[in-house]
Order: sequence, then structure tokens, then C-alpha cells
Amino acid sequence: MSTLHFVALAPFIMAIFVPFLYHKFRHIHTGWFILPIPLLLFIYLIQYLPLGGAAMETVERSVPWVPSLNIHFTVFLDGLSLLFALLITGIGTLVVLYSIYYIANKKEEPLNNFYVYLMMFMGAMLGVVLSDNLIVIYVFWELTSLASSLLIAYWFHKEKSRYGAQKSMLITVTGGFAMLAGFTLLYMMTGTFSIREIISYGDVIVSSPLFLPAMILILLGAFTKSAQFPFHIWLPDAMEAPTPVSAYLHSATMVKAGIYLVARFTPVFGGQPEWFWIITSFGLFTLLWGSVSAVRQKDLKGILAFSTISQLGLIMSLLGLGSAAFHYEVVDGQSLYTVAVLAAVLHLINHATFKGSLFMVVGIIDHETGTRDIRKLGGLMTIMPITFTISLIGVASMAGLPPFNGFLSKEMFFTGTLNSATLDVFNVQTIGFIFPIVAWIASIFTFVYCMIMLFRTFTGNHQPEKLEKEAHEAPMGMLISPIVLASLVIVFGFFPNLLAYTIIAPTMQSILPGLLEPGEQFYVNVYHWHGLNTELFMTMGVVFFGAMIFLNARKWQETAFYLKERDPLNWFYDNGLVGLIKGSTAVNNVQMTGKLRDYFSFMFIFLVVVTGYMLWQRDAIAIDFANTAEISPYMYLISLSLILSTLVVPFLSKRISAIIVVGVIGFLVALLFVVFRAPDLALTQLLVETVMVVLFLLVFYHLPELRKESFKPAFKISNLIISIGVGLVVTLTALSAHAFSAANPISPISDYFVENAYALAGGNNIVNVILVDFRGLDTLLEVLVLGIVGLAVVVLIKFKSQKGEDV
Amino acid sequence: MEILMILTVGVLVTVATYMILTKSLLRVILGVVLLSHGAHLLFLTMANLKQGSPPLLGEEASSYADPLPQALILTAIVIGFGITAFMLVLAYRTYKAHGTDNFDELRGTEDE
Repeated sequence: MSTLHFVALAPFIMAIFVPFLYHKFRHIHTGWFILPIPLLLFIYLIQYLPLGGAAMETVERSVPWVPSLNIHFTVFLDGLSLLFALLITGIGTLVVLYSIYYIANKKEEPLNNFYVYLMMFMGAMLGVVLSDNLIVIYVFWELTSLASSLLIAYWFHKEKSRYGAQKSMLITVTGGFAMLAGFTLLYMMTGTFSIREIISYGDVIVSSPLFLPAMILILLGAFTKSAQFPFHIWLPDAMEAPTPVSAYLHSATMVKAGIYLVARFTPVFGGQPEWFWIITSFGLFTLLWGSVSAVRQKDLKGILAFSTISQLGLIMSLLGLGSAAFHYEVVDGQSLYTVAVLAAVLHLINHATFKGSLFMVVGIIDHETGTRDIRKLGGLMTIMPITFTISLIGVASMAGLPPFNGFLSKEMFFTGTLNSATLDVFNVQTIGFIFPIVAWIASIFTFVYCMIMLFRTFTGNHQPEKLEKEAHEAPMGMLISPIVLASLVIVFGFFPNLLAYTIIAPTMQSILPGLLEPGEQFYVNVYHWHGLNTELFMTMGVVFFGAMIFLNARKWQETAFYLKERDPLNWFYDNGLVGLIKGSTAVNNVQMTGKLRDYFSFMFIFLVVVTGYMLWQRDAIAIDFANTAEISPYMYLISLSLILSTLVVPFLSKRISAIIVVGVIGFLVALLFVVFRAPDLALTQLLVETVMVVLFLLVFYHLPELRKESFKPAFKISNLIISIGVGLVVTLTALSAHAFSAANPISPISDYFVENAYALAGGNNIVNVILVDFRGLDTLLEVLVLGIVGLAVVVLIKFKSQKGEDV
Repeated sequence: MEILMILTVGVLVTVATYMILTKSLLRVILGVVLLSHGAHLLFLTMANLKQGSPPLLGEEASSYADPLPQALILTAIVIGFGITAFMLVLAYRTYKAHGTDNFDELRGTEDE
């Protein structure tokens, strides 16, 4: 157990203590006890950052968990893990601080629940990014889904919260399960669960027939978690969570778990055309879909949710484009396509900063005005100046304006797509020109919703009568976290190279291993002024067209497109669920009728179909007339009377005749036992039949007269068909078995009993010797059966429930 | 002779199945009785019906009928008897409690 293991487990340990702290110190906000945990972890993790241009050293520590199944809790810290761990702990600290002021009502809110879930989530997320073992990753992955659902449904008395929680749970867990299947396929190909070892088996995986299924299943996990089209529908509904949760889970950390997974598996699958095309096209489409959908949202959190979807699509598509880098020589630590990965990493960091701050800002507006509806808000600029400033910075960065950090990543995004349009691998040249166009259009819509967010909230007329509270500036404590994040937006904007060799280069090294000579580093230099190049003109176009669309908002806001707020894909989810329930109910109603007759017919039909099919399919039906015993004339008589009396049974309508006919059948069977030289059987059968007839008489005396079977003809005919089928199958099976045994004679084991009955057991009646000596255990248990039946009969007749009621 | 016996067993099984598929509790019990007869006879038949003495060593015969299936059938008869007896008593109690032997009317409680 190393300190790094403790990093992932510390939040879980803290979660155990939260309820005690909550109940013991009611006057102190529980969040204050939580705050040091992410802060300490953040400070601890910072020391792993490589400083002074040195390459990052990877750390690996292993603790066996289930060694026999190759499952070890191995923590592995490289650039990628470190980047995510820093994001999780850093933003975690700020979110905890923010939540202390956001959920300020200590008396009424179940704070212990909140912080237990939050700690659970933080630990699970750290576990995902720090683990090296696929199974351990999966365990933590599902824990994040669980904790996320719990957090979304924090206000569980609200219907919408429960709906959102269920939706996110269903979608992410479905994806998680697919991912587990993908992991299992990887294990089948390589024989190891360790990601680092799997990377070294790259050739084996690529040439395996399981390559494509494994890749798609793992991508399903990543796409559901990271809200890629068409699985993005859970994210807007997850906005029912408290705002600190939305800021933390649904902008900065959990939704990036899918990004992490894709980045982590790029060394395994990257360089393959399927990987490139799936990730790039889904990413770009998500980018476009999210940005267009965000424009028509009326809820600030709705805008941010679709904005998050869109930006995640952007990062995803960059990772897809960047995977082409495996096909090119890297000169001086860069090639045309490493730029895409560089942009992805940079935007990942930038997005976490500005989106986190924007969510917090929206939370403040909600907290101080009582609404998040842009139709009710307006003119808050002078009332909430600090909030406005933070929003301005965040929104400008999101829109990609200089001098904020969003500008840098957007420029690089354009560079990446422009480079890719000229790619000559994977047949990109055919439709590669679409990449920059899609990126550009999506950026225009991004610009539009950014302007809507800013201007609809802070400019225009202030409408106090529509607000639930009197608007005023937030308390300082609530503003600290967004101020920190907004400052980071500016700092990273002006000094992007602070990040260059400390975190971006090591992260790229983890995403694209093996491309560099030993000792070399990826070249990272981010700067504002590239000269008058295409990217700059594209940005100008974005600003121009975005402003045009925003200024002409009145015209298109009347269209159906704008008025329909919900994502049309929700229709499939909602109706799919309803359809599933209806479908299973329908199947259930057909199958589980509650009628004994139906269940019997299912069993009989199954028996007939399976046995009959096998007989026919194996060509097993045979009749052997040669090896049969002779038939004495009286045998015809006995068999015929047996058959006739059996056939009479269904037509009997008087109980006394039923008893007599069944008794006759029993006695005829006894007669057959006599004929077939089985004296003991005949004796027993006679006795049992006599007792049975007596029993029947006794019981029937208390029962109603047999009714005439007056059922519909269809019922009778179907019963007849089933019973004839069963009889036929039994007959055919018996005939074939007889023919088979005649053709393949085996001397029966009974010869042993015949020879040794007297010698070993000292008895002349071989049947009795078998019953009590050779196979005495059967007899013992059979006696037990009779004893139990006797007891059960006594209990049934003697005992009744206290109130005299039967049942 | 085996083929004749197998056909007899087939008729027993067919009628037994038909009885089991009806809606009357009593007919189902009769069906189960017939089915066990069929099973016992099939047991005996499949062990070859070639003639021989009864399996009693005192007979000093050259061949004996196979004793093992007889022992097995003996066990089966007793168990079948026990089960039938139990079912009969159960039918009696069901009728006392619910006043019917029709499966369509024996459908448990409403809020099942």
C-alpha cells in the first residue's frame, strides 16, 4: 500500500467519518471538515509535476487484490493520470468550498448525504484515473456512475431529479457494462488486465478478429460517460442536481472520464482507421449537435449542459484526429497531427476552468434571484458586478475570444482540423474538407449561445417582479471559487506556457507513446499571435457571423426550432423505456397466465418440440421387429383391455365409474407384472391399487361430482394435439431406444445380482435382496417419503390456522 | 411383444397428458396415476421382456427375468402411491377451503 493508493482511497475513508462529524458538530458546516481532503491531495500530487523541463517520471505501485485472476490494485501515475488527478482534486477543492456557501442551510439540508456522495465520487474518479488494472478501473467507473446518480437525485423529493438520476444511471451503466465486455475481450487477446502491458501487445490486438468488437464496446463506455451523440441526452437532465455537483461532475470531471478512457486507449487502438473515423465523426457531430441545441435553451444550466456536450465532442474529435499521428514521423517533437492532441489536452484544461466557473456563476444567479430562466433574467450587470465580470471572462473564453485561454485552444482546434483535411491516411482526402467546415459552423453557434448567456442575463431590462427574490450580489465565500477559476482562465490565457512542459508534454507523451526518441519531449509552444493565417480569419468569421445571428435573434426565435426546447432524441429514450415495459408486460401476460393448464402445455410443448426435433434431426427413429419376445395370444387380450379402459377414462362423468375404471387399469397392470414374471411387483401393485381405490372412495365422498368437461372445442382440440404429440414422442423414443439397444447389446449389470444374491447376501429372492441389501439406501429414503407423506396428511387434516380459516 | 407394450404405454401417456391438461383437479390426479402406470410399464419393457423365470433362485432355472428394474419399479410404485395419497388429501383440503375443484376458479387472491 503506497501513498498513491491512499490518494484514491482517502475520500472513501473520509466518507465513513462524514456522518459522525455531521451529527457531532451540528453548528459547523460539514463542508469545512471535507475541504482539507482534496486540498491536501492536490498539494501532494503537485510534487509529481516535472519542473525545469525534465521529463515526467512515471510511478507505479501495486497491491494484489485477486491475484489468482490477475487483478491487482495497481496505481500508475503518468502525465495523463496526473493531469486528471490534479483536475479532480483542484476543482474538487473549489467545489467543496463553493458548496459550503451554496448549501448554506445547515438545518434543513441533509449535508451528510451530500458530502458522503461527493467523497465517494471523488475517490471513485481518482481511482479511475490512477488505476492501471482494467477491472479495477471498471469498479471505480461504476462507482462514479452510482455516486453521480445519488448526487443528481440529492433532492429526491423532486420528480425531475429522480427522472434525471434514473436516466443517467441507465445510460452510463449500460455503457459501463459494454466497456466491461470490451475489457474482457482485451484480456482474451492479451492475457493481462494491465493497460501498460496491453499497450505492448498492440500488434496482437490489431491483428485479432476481436479487435473491432473490443474497440466498439470500450468506445460505448466512453461515449455514454462523456455524453457523446446519441448518448448525450442524460446530461441536460442531470442538471437537476445541486449546482456544485453540476459544476464538478457534469463539467469538469465525470464527463471527462470517457475522454480519459479514449486518451488512455489511444496507444492501443490509435493509428487504426476505425478508431480514427468513429471518434472523429462522433466527436464532430456531437460538437455540432450540442452547440446548435444549446442556442435554443431557456435555462442557463441547460445552455451549459449542451455547451459541455459540444465541448466534449470537440475534445473527442481532436483525440480522434490526433490518433493519425501514429502514421507520421515526429520531427523536433512535433508533427502535423500531434497538434491535435496538444489542442485536446489544452482544451481539456481550459474547459475545466471556464466551465467550472460558469456553472458556479449560474449557481450564484440562481441562488440570488431564484430563477435560471433567461426569459425572466436581465439587467443584472450593475446589481451583480463581480458575478458579471466572472461570467464575462468565462463566456469570452468559451466563445474563443482573445486574450483568454479558450482562444488558444480554439485556434489550435482549427489548426488541427485544417491539418487533418489534408491528411493522406485512412482515405481522409475524400471528405476531409468537411472537418474544418463543421468545426467552423459549430464555433459560430458556440459564439451565439455564449452571447445569449451573457447578454440575456446581464443586460437589458431588470424585471424584479418576475424574480422570486430581490437580486443582490452573492456573499464573498461563494465568489472565491469562481474568482479562482476565472483568474486561471486569464493566467493560462496570458501565460499558456506555464502548462507546456509541466503537464501538457507529459500528457501527450502518455497519449502518444513510442513516437519520440528516448530523452526527447513533445514540442509545446502555445502563443497568441500566429500571424495572419487561416485560423485567424476563421475566428474573425466566427465573431462576425455569430454576432449577425445574435443580432437577428428576433427573426429566428419565432421558429419551431427555437421553441422546442427538449432534445428530440429524448423521444427515443422515453418511448423506448415505455416500450420495453409494455413489451415485457405483454410477454409476461401471455406467459404467466396463472393457469396450471397453460404452464403444463408449455412444458409439454417444449418436451415434444425438443425431443421430436432431436429424433428427427439425428435421424434416430427406428423400429426393430426382429429382437422382440414372442407374443402369447392372451397378451393381446390384456393389452387390448388396458388400452380400451384407458381410452374410456376421459369420457367418464360419474366419479364411481372413474374410480372403478382406474382401479381396473391398476389391476391390469398388476396382471402384466404377473405375466412378466415379477411376483413382488404384482403383489405390491395389487395392494397399492386396493388401498388407492379405498382412498379415492374416501376422498371422493367429500368432493363434488365430476362435472362434465364443457370446454370450448378449441381448448379440447389443442389439448388433444398436445397429448397425442407427447404420446407419440414417448412411443417413438421408446421404440428407437429399444431398437438401439437391440443393435448394440450390452450385458446387463443384473447378472451380477443374479450370481451373487445368495453368495453375498444369503437370499434367494433377488428383487428383495436388491431392495434391502445391494441398494438398501433407496429403500430407506423411500420409507422416509412415506413417513413424510403420512405426517403431511396428518398436518393437512388436523391443523388449521387459529381463526379457523382455511388456506 | 415389446412393441405391443410400447404402444400400450403410448396410449397411457397420451390419455394421462390429456387428463393433466383439463381444468378439474380430480382429473389431473387421475392423469398422474395413469402416467405413473405408463412409466412403470415402460421401465419393465425397456429391460427386455425375454422369457425367463421369476427372479427367485430357488427355481433353479437357466435364465431369470431381469431383477434390477423390478426393484426400481417397486420403489417407484411406493413413492407414486405416497404422492397420490398426498395429492388426494390436498384436493380434499382445497375443496373444503375454496369450495371448488376447477382450476379456473382457484386463482389465488386478487392482489397476488
